[in-house]
Amino acid sequence: MPKDDMKSGYRLVGTRPNRPDGLDKVTGRARYGADANLPGMLWAAVVRSPHAHARIISIDASKALALPGVKAVVTRADLPTGLTGENLNLQDNTLAGDKALYDGHAVAAVAATSRLLAEEAARLVVVDYEVLPHVIDVDDAIKPDAPVIREGMADYSVPEGMHGNVVRYMEEGHGDIEAGFAAADIVREQTYRTEATHQGYIEPHACLGQMGEDGRGEMWVCTQGHWYIRRMCSAVLGIEAANLRVTPSEIGGGFGGKTTIFMEPLTLALSKKAGGKPVKLVMSRSEVLRATGPTASASMDVKIGMKKDGTITAGQVYFRMQGGAFPGMSPISEALQCAFACYDIPALKHEAVEVLANRPKAAAYRAPGSPMAAFAVESLVDEMCRELGLDPIETRLKNAVREGSRSSFGPVYNQIGLVETLEATRAHPNYAIPLGPNQGRGVGAGFWMNHGGETSVSLAIGEDGTAQVMVGTPDIGGSRASIGLMTAETLGIPYENVRVNVVETGALGVNEPTHGSRATFASGKAAVEAARQAIAEMCRRAAAEWGIDEDAVEWKDGAAHPAGPNAGKFPPLSIADIGATMGSTGGPISGHHESTPGGVGASFGCHVVDVEVDPETGRTTILRYLVVQDAGRAIHPAYVEGQYQGGAAQGIGWALNEAYIYGRDGRLQNTVFLDYRIPVASDLPMIDTVIVEVPNPGHPYGVRGVGETGITPPLPAIANAIHAATGARLRALPMAPPKVLAAIKAKG
Amino acid sequence: MVAVNLWSSLARFTDGARVVEVQAATIAEALKALVALHPGLEPILAGGVSVVVDGVVVPNRHAALAPDAEIFLLQQMKGG
Amino acid sequence: MTGKIHVTTTINGDTVEFLADPRESLLDCLRDHVGLTGSKEGCGTGDCGACSVRLDGTLVCSCLVLGVEAEGKSVETIEGMAKDGELHPLQRKFIEHAALQCGFCTPGILVAAKALLEKNPDPTETEIRFWLAGNLCRCTGYDKIIRAVQDAAAEMRGAK
Repeated sequence: MPKDDMKSGYRLVGTRPNRPDGLDKVTGRARYGADANLPGMLWAAVVRSPHAHARIISIDASKALALPGVKAVVTRADLPTGLTGENLNLQDNTLAGDKALYDGHAVAAVAATSRLLAEEAARLVVVDYEVLPHVIDVDDAIKPDAPVIREGMADYSVPEGMHGNVVRYMEEGHGDIEAGFAAADIVREQTYRTEATHQGYIEPHACLGQMGEDGRGEMWVCTQGHWYIRRMCSAVLGIEAANLRVTPSEIGGGFGGKTTIFMEPLTLALSKKAGGKPVKLVMSRSEVLRATGPTASASMDVKIGMKKDGTITAGQVYFRMQGGAFPGMSPISEALQCAFACYDIPALKHEAVEVLANRPKAAAYRAPGSPMAAFAVESLVDEMCRELGLDPIETRLKNAVREGSRSSFGPVYNQIGLVETLEATRAHPNYAIPLGPNQGRGVGAGFWMNHGGETSVSLAIGEDGTAQVMVGTPDIGGSRASIGLMTAETLGIPYENVRVNVVETGALGVNEPTHGSRATFASGKAAVEAARQAIAEMCRRAAAEWGIDEDAVEWKDGAAHPAGPNAGKFPPLSIADIGATMGSTGGPISGHHESTPGGVGASFGCHVVDVEVDPETGRTTILRYLVVQDAGRAIHPAYVEGQYQGGAAQGIGWALNEAYIYGRDGRLQNTVFLDYRIPVASDLPMIDTVIVEVPNPGHPYGVRGVGETGITPPLPAIANAIHAATGARLRALPMAPPKVLAAIKAKG
Repeated sequence: MVAVNLWSSLARFTDGARVVEVQAATIAEALKALVALHPGLEPILAGGVSVVVDGVVVPNRHAALAPDAEIFLLQQMKGG
Repeated sequence: MTGKIHVTTTINGDTVEFLADPRESLLDCLRDHVGLTGSKEGCGTGDCGACSVRLDGTLVCSCLVLGVEAEGKSVETIEGMAKDGELHPLQRKFIEHAALQCGFCTPGILVAAKALLEKNPDPTETEIRFWLAGNLCRCTGYDKIIRAVQDAAAEMRGAK
């Protein structure tokens, strides 16, 4: 239920106008990554390892090059050497070095005059492999007999004596953990496991790149962050960033998976080798699943001490995660930060290891680490609540963090909305609906800290008094609409008179990607500052026109007014009046704002799900789903609801059905959407939403990022609901029908 | 004096101390003072950390610190 | 080297000719030879519905139809849905209900929903969900999509 009736006191912020890109998207006119073509364009195809782990002995592209229409082949030998750290990781993933590290790892790329020809040429490239033993599962990878798949990848954090596949170690905690458990009435510990899942955006990665002999290049690419693309491609190819201009297309979903590079540098490298002809590369769905960035899989031990009244006295976790064959890719830090983030617990101990496996290089996926951690912690909290006969929401309220609470990871919380969110959940009619046989209700809470990040925004006043805003954050969830609303609100002009453009790297200073739920927060905040700067300039122009002091002019309802009766009797000068004459009053009027903003506000959420489990098949039907989450202030409520519903749907898929399935040969078995099955329309009911608003004081309109928190609560909420419906507790995802059935039977 | 709180696995570079007090007027000065006392922390800080001052992430190393500021160093996180 | 085949077909009411490699899908031909990029490739295996078009009125995944099969037939794509500058009620309702976020699945869903409403002008929520089960959306959770289809159906029934 939206909170439109809540008086926000704003003219535009909180309303639901049409989004500016809506028309293009419903007519098919919007242009995504694969929708651009250039004259003389070549098509690229990638040669990929069919082995999970293999030494590359030789690559022979002679037959491919001999095929008429094939214009270029690139291998690792065409890339510069000497990179280190994350740049080396990126380069290693773009094209394998001495070893192929996972099934699907790119080994070479070809460019030809048609897509079919490029695919044929790729099949003609002969690669000689020496197959090596592989590891896939996170716990198998640290068994004593597991082969070490890459030597020397551990950093300073890993203590002596850990398995060679452990590359990162993290420890965090406070208080006296022994005393904490001693103070509990019950202490329970369990192990929970989640599988790797893919962000599942419907648009495969696609890129059109062109680079001349002079090393200057251009790209059209679907991405969440084109400055990252620029920086990463420059590093991998050894060119200067200013020589590369990247234009973002409309993006068909990202969820974190498009915040990095996978094959983009290949288009530039091939183009340069092919005499500067543009090269287009579109990944197939199976390439996307095999060779882009799924999230980590996790094996997690949790121990919690609780008093009979529900007070949590101590919490301890040990998380093991794999993020593929490249160090630093799994979200162990985030998982630790989120694990107990909802609760005020005096004694906590967190430990985590990141483990290498012969799997693709993991990328961010919507609140990375938070869903896995919540599955473990929120499941155990629920198990203990049931054991003690306690209500799940009351127990969470009892332990909930509030303003002034010390967070589980150290800093004290400022204004947050967890309590309000829990109370709104408890008060919702869904929480009281009676349930029938084989039905159960589950609750889960979730958290994401959200992110600021480098932001540059520019705003220009038009001669007709309209305004254009240039932002660097690609629009995934409707941010052009929300930024337009905030800008129009600030300027005091109609929403239709503001146009928000996502511009290319050559047109603005650096911007971090649209990730960390930051676009509406950071680009919005900067747009407001830019608008204020333009307003100040417009007031100066009015003051000059009237011959009065700058301080005697105020801006109201889209016009400059004399401030107070003593300033003089002048009719207001509207933004259109000022825009029409700006050329002769001092020049064009703009505002701009660059910052790495602070003032980020966290977003807490609570979900309630009702399920019915078929005792004969183990199939779980979602009967009812409720998302309650703190948005700070919903600039455009429909798009906030959209984030809540979308996050829930992805969480439902992760909980019930999605997983990366590997064969004994280490090859991914489910590489198409038939077998990697995400929720479809007939799997889900309507998803009810409640937008709680505890404004974030760090943003001019109170915005908290909302995009990510919503994927976190579904995992435990559904496990808790299945337990309520069947009495069987599942501690491993996905909770697919055969597993649920087996758990019901085992329970007896 | 400003209190700089470290995550537990950094304690091995500070002879077990989880909190290090330093004299500093800005974040940059605090980090410099921290490294001067415990040089083992240098590569970790050089790799990038998130600095939280009195509960708020402050991304600007030149930001001024109140005399009794509470700082937490956290691993950098962005999201998806 | 396979020879290309000359195809003459009708797309959104216009006569169109193109040269197709016999291995190319109708989707490839629409996008690469006719310049109609509104139909999208999400999977290439007929699982996601982003390439949905009507072939002689039948709803198909154009990635599963060969380009040469369009010879002598009529094809309707998303680009033909608005008529004479007027959006179809489904298109209008999708914008009004915020039934799209990234918009990549939207053309396929609109084409599929239009086919549904021609066949069944008063579908239940369940009927809409099962009809659209072949169109994957990863952004919205389908809620606002279903509401937009219901609202468009109601308007179209009322306007009769």
